[in-house]
Amino acid sequence: MKFSTVMSPHLQPVNSVDRVMLQVLLALIPGIAAMTWFFGIGVLINITLAVVVALLAEASILGLRGRPIGSTLKDLSAVVTAVLLAISLPVIAPWWITVVGILFAIVIAKHLYGGLGYNPFNPAMAGYVLLLVSFPMQMTAWLAPIELGSVALNEVDWLKLIFLEQLPANIEFDVITMATPLDSVRTQLGLGRSVPEIKTDSVFGLLAGKGWEWVAGGYLLGGLWLLWRKIIGWQIPVGLLLGLGLFASICYAIDSNQFALPSFHLVAGATMLGAFFIATDPVTAATSVNGRIIYGLLIGSLVYIIRVWGGYPDAMAFAVLLGNLTAPAIDYFTRPRVFGQKA
Amino acid sequence: MLKTWRFHGGLRLPAHKNLSAHRPIVNAALPKQLIYPLQQRSGVQLKPTVTPGESVLRGQIIADSDHFLATPLHAASSGTVKTIEDRIIPHPSGLSDSCIIIDTDGRDEALASEPVADYRLEPASALRTKIRQAGIVGLGGAAFPTSIKLNPGPQRHIDTLILNGAECEPYITCDNVLMQAEPDTIVQGALILMHALQVGNGIIAVEDHMTEAYEALSAAIEQSRDRRLTVVKIPALYPTGGEKQLIRVVTGKETPSGGIPADVGVICQNVGTAASVYNAICRGLPLTERVVTVTGQGVKQQQNLRARIGTPISDLINQCGGYQDSVERLIMGGPMMGFALPEDDIPIVKATNCILAAAESEVATSKETRPCIRCGDCAKACPVDLLPQQLYWHSRAGNLEKCKEFSLFDCIECGCCEVVCPSQIPLVQYYRAAKSKTVAKAKEAEKAAIAKRRHDFLLERKAREQAERAERSRRKKESLAKLKAAETATEGAE
Repeated sequence: MKFSTVMSPHLQPVNSVDRVMLQVLLALIPGIAAMTWFFGIGVLINITLAVVVALLAEASILGLRGRPIGSTLKDLSAVVTAVLLAISLPVIAPWWITVVGILFAIVIAKHLYGGLGYNPFNPAMAGYVLLLVSFPMQMTAWLAPIELGSVALNEVDWLKLIFLEQLPANIEFDVITMATPLDSVRTQLGLGRSVPEIKTDSVFGLLAGKGWEWVAGGYLLGGLWLLWRKIIGWQIPVGLLLGLGLFASICYAIDSNQFALPSFHLVAGATMLGAFFIATDPVTAATSVNGRIIYGLLIGSLVYIIRVWGGYPDAMAFAVLLGNLTAPAIDYFTRPRVFGQKA
Repeated sequence: MLKTWRFHGGLRLPAHKNLSAHRPIVNAALPKQLIYPLQQRSGVQLKPTVTPGESVLRGQIIADSDHFLATPLHAASSGTVKTIEDRIIPHPSGLSDSCIIIDTDGRDEALASEPVADYRLEPASALRTKIRQAGIVGLGGAAFPTSIKLNPGPQRHIDTLILNGAECEPYITCDNVLMQAEPDTIVQGALILMHALQVGNGIIAVEDHMTEAYEALSAAIEQSRDRRLTVVKIPALYPTGGEKQLIRVVTGKETPSGGIPADVGVICQNVGTAASVYNAICRGLPLTERVVTVTGQGVKQQQNLRARIGTPISDLINQCGGYQDSVERLIMGGPMMGFALPEDDIPIVKATNCILAAAESEVATSKETRPCIRCGDCAKACPVDLLPQQLYWHSRAGNLEKCKEFSLFDCIECGCCEVVCPSQIPLVQYYRAAKSKTVAKAKEAEKAAIAKRRHDFLLERKAREQAERAERSRRKKESLAKLKAAETATEGAE
């Protein structure tokens, strides 16, 4: 009897990129659910829009590059980029913000560098930073969480708000938006108030901002699930949270009036999302085990430095992009010792 | 219980051993024809010592060579040498090479055996010669001549013999069942090997799930009353049966890169090899048969067969009830490092521990390869602590220097990286290709160096010849001039 011959190993592969990406998407569900609960369905509209634009952009550029379209779209990497960018945007961001950000992420940051696996920068964060520096007003207009908001928007209102940039009659833009907790700590400190004073403001909840802390909890939950499923390693999240936490603890110990509690920094803003979903993007991170701890520590520290002394209230996107830059060097210096070779 | 160590990476693979682990060893029927490839190891070609038409007896040497890595080949039954012709050989290349074909006569007559009365009275060199003459090679899969391993040279001090009973590849159970069925043979074989090596410490390593084998060996050691031998259970983690990995697990020692186990004072032998050493020394039987696991969902009845070396695989499959319809691939060895065979008219050789008739559901058929996403899972799985993703980039780019820098030649091709790769990249293929390119390049460089030496020599010779010619003609001219001068002088004198 004749048989076909193939090279070993013959065992079936135990994992696939498609499966990894799908699990990342599933792990985002708790955070997105919390976000929808506290900030309304705008986030779902943004996600849908982002995913559609991302798939169209990826399909057309794959076509231009003469690459297989259907099988590549199936890897879900474009969807992950789209969702990560969409949930980073203010929920009331107008449609063109999402479109511009996604196009930059997919076309420039991903495909001009060669597509999946070849991009040196995290595409979602590259798109986010482009938007933040180009359209600061739209990118900082955050909605107040439902506990504090005075108005409820229905589905039609949401669609009008995002696609036509129209608010329902008799509602002012200023009424529905509100500074984020990180933002208010920053501005209030600038006004000479101390941290304990600021913390009594209505925007703050148990650990960080009302609503925000639940969203962070959702991402933490999803992140822990990814860890348990071995989709991500512990090194980057632990490194990042440790870097940020240590820095925040030291500063808090020095002056608790000027520096917020470490727990606030760990829960506020994009910390949890960044630690488990963004910094862990394998393509743009360091690859060695020790390198990943260093990479995480670096991003965590950068987040704190930029939040406290930099020009922006939150810093995950900048910190991740700076971390991306260092990844090749970190990998170079953290090569493991090969079995049987001298150190 | 002895302490065990661990190595980096490795995988817990689905074992699939229950298909055959509890089946007794069945003697395979005498095949009508026995096929012996003359190339027993790649690069070592034996010369036939029989001619077509000649009758042979079981145990008679039919081919040998004076290459230092060669061991003689014995007929596994009596019969007539039909022909010596090219057949497809069991080799990853799938190429044909010359094979001795023996038609068996069914009488199975054997050559008179010459057992050693008491091996303890024999010098090591005599035992090594006996072991070589019995054609014994490592039965774990690499088929390295045992007699050479037993001669590590005076500069290396050997203190430990490890018998490898860690059958780490999925499916394979031949060593496990042999340890259960013939623990005494293995223990006696181990003692012979220890005597030949003059070592006082012997360890038989079995995987932790091999309870019966562990107990059988413990009882056999008890019976032998030799306290120098112990049996140890080690975790079933692929590729723990790799020689260097096993030494690490059992002794904590790391064999240096590019070195051999003897460099750290250890000699490793497969348990089946130990049994055949006993048979060779104490029963005078050369290596003509071995236990082969015939398994996989693609065969009707999974079994452990004691088969004669040279038996065509198709014969063994028939004795296992034939193929299932679902059979997809025929693999010699395990699913991680074994190689796929193009057909089943190929014989088993000394290294054949398993014939895996894999059904479609058991093997990777179509992989959807995607770009590397640098997830690093490969590096986590690598038992040698290499950076497989870097090796992949460099081997793909054909940058052989970089491959060397990232220790390509330390790669044992175990396949762990490829199995865990989410991008399903055929990594091992890239490494094999880069390795063979490097070897080819080195050979070319060597050839070029030889050519250059020749050319330089030619130029030198030409120059020398020219100089000699010039010298000759100068001398000739000189003597002519002298002659002329003398002539003129005489003329003048006259």
